Amino acid sequence: MMEAVATIPPFERFYVEHRDRVFGFLVRRVGRDRADDAFQETFLRALKSYESLAHAGNLRAWVFTIAARVAVDDFRKRRPTAAEHESVVEDSRPAYAELEHLAGGLPPKERAAVVLRYGYDLEYSDIAVALGSSEEAARQATSSGIRRLRRKGVTL
Amino acid sequence: MKVSDDLDRRFRERAASEGSLDVAYDLVDSPIGALLVAVTERGLCRIGFDAEHEHDLDPLARLFGAKVLRAPKAVDEPRRELNEYFEGTRTAFDVPVDVRFDAFRLRVMDELARVPYGEVTTYGALAARAGNPRAARAVGTFMNRNPIPIVLPCHRVVGANGSLTGYGGGLERKERLLQLEGASLTLLG
Repeated sequence: MMEAVATIPPFERFYVEHRDRVFGFLVRRVGRDRADDAFQETFLRALKSYESLAHAGNLRAWVFTIAARVAVDDFRKRRPTAAEHESVVEDSRPAYAELEHLAGGLPPKERAAVVLRYGYDLEYSDIAVALGSSEEAARQATSSGIRRLRRKGVTL
Repeated sequence: MKVSDDLDRRFRERAASEGSLDVAYDLVDSPIGALLVAVTERGLCRIGFDAEHEHDLDPLARLFGAKVLRAPKAVDEPRRELNEYFEGTRTAFDVPVDVRFDAFRLRVMDELARVPYGEVTTYGALAARAGNPRAARAVGTFMNRNPIPIVLPCHRVVGANGSLTGYGGGLERKERLLQLEGASLTLLG
């Protein structure tokens, strides 16, 4: 059944609304020197998948997830050895791509919270910014998403 | 933390040059006010008079796709031609256009494109030339909804009695454009 959903806004409006917050987030994640490139990469990736978005819900969380992935890619590119080391240590945890898939069935807010927390190790303060909510609400969304996943047998 | 103007400009340029946009647009200054000028990969698709250019974005997104972004470099060619037109050094436009009309409207707009610089015609005459002399009223509606005024010169279409009748951008603009072209309305009589 089709549901009445908000149509995706023109990209210009989406970009202007989120660019400053995303840039601030990337400065914190990859540093001032690399933030410009990461910023362009984030919004270029957003542009590429923009039309395949099913609806306009949680665009902010969506673009933060992309930015978080760009930051991880940047980190791996910069320090291939450190990244390998990291993947050994975190072997028992699902990689972020897999996590995004596993969390796919969660309500959008919980899904973004879980992916940003467990996929990208974001602080709750950043998750709150991504969700446009309080830090407390970000914590709650994360833990309720995790409970839901556990009930489905996913361990994190 | 604010994105610098330089970074913002570089992103917009890259987005446009990588061909991932449905529509690129910018505002172009002109003697009749700022114009929103928008292009697709195929050509010029919109010239808007609305001072609130935001109003044009949703219709553009519905018609051509949601990837609509302000990207000044992408409209350099129509900007140059419009500047030349307003300076009086250009009497016809060469930019490719991307307009999507049904058959009759396409015939009308083709005939419209043939009305020479500095001359005027009437709604009825245009309808006749497009093959349906009784469709003057429909022609009026097409003119009113012209997506690329100035380039498709609906300002050169007037009432049977020579009155300016109407204009999507307001009668003042129509008068201004006809003055610029040196059109004489008395010739009609």
